[in-house]
Amino acid sequence: MSLRSPLARARNHGSARDGVHHWWHQRLSAVLLVPLVIWLVAALRVAAGGDFIAAREWLALPWNTVFALLFTLTTFYHGQLGLQVVIEDYIHTRWLEVSLQVVVKLLALVLALMGSLAILRIAFGVAPLAG
Amino acid sequence: MTQPTARPLSPHLQVYKPQITSVLSILHRMTGILLAAFAVGWVAWLIALNRGEDTLAAMQSLLSSIPGVVLAVLATWTLFYHLLNGVRHLVWDSGRGLELGTARLSGWMVVIFSLLLTALAWGVWL
Repeated sequence: MSLRSPLARARNHGSARDGVHHWWHQRLSAVLLVPLVIWLVAALRVAAGGDFIAAREWLALPWNTVFALLFTLTTFYHGQLGLQVVIEDYIHTRWLEVSLQVVVKLLALVLALMGSLAILRIAFGVAPLAG
Repeated sequence: MTQPTARPLSPHLQVYKPQITSVLSILHRMTGILLAAFAVGWVAWLIALNRGEDTLAAMQSLLSSIPGVVLAVLATWTLFYHLLNGVRHLVWDSGRGLELGTARLSGWMVVIFSLLLTALAWGVWL
């Protein structure tokens, strides 16, 4: 016997009223981030060298550009999904909770766009802004 | 949700003895929050690569200071911890490794390997 109403069963959204979309996307982005973080370690080794020209040339290699873009987008997508749950769990003042959710999602979007634009400028060989 | 009275919320963490499983669980959240902050550093590096050599050099010298190095080592461990414990969570999601003994063992393995990888990344040989 089920205690769920026929409508609830038809919608299949559960007690979160949102289905399994969030849970599933958090896992998918997590799996994607495993190889991307291994790539990031290589990127950080280049960054640690501190050589401006070498770092730009390295990032402009097609595969590195693709991985850098994927890493940036996936990281901020995964991060805002995680922060959403943290806010849901600990912030119990409704107006503050909603405001924080909007700010976090907006910041994640802006940072992902800033990072992607920076990667693409280097990939397409756009000259540095200041000598 | 508004709280009409200031009753304590469950789980009553203050009356529980910390265990490896619960400590690692809260660490996963804390490292997740920290990584969101460190991700801003990644974007800052990309922007420095677009600004020019001087900006990158300024960022580099900031990271070579004592607080900078401490922050960078913390960032490295945070990344490896969240990565390894995240894989542990993915294995759990498949329904495996949930027995108490196994969960404790995998927890300690995450602690040891995250520290080992951090040491390795910073060129410290044990």
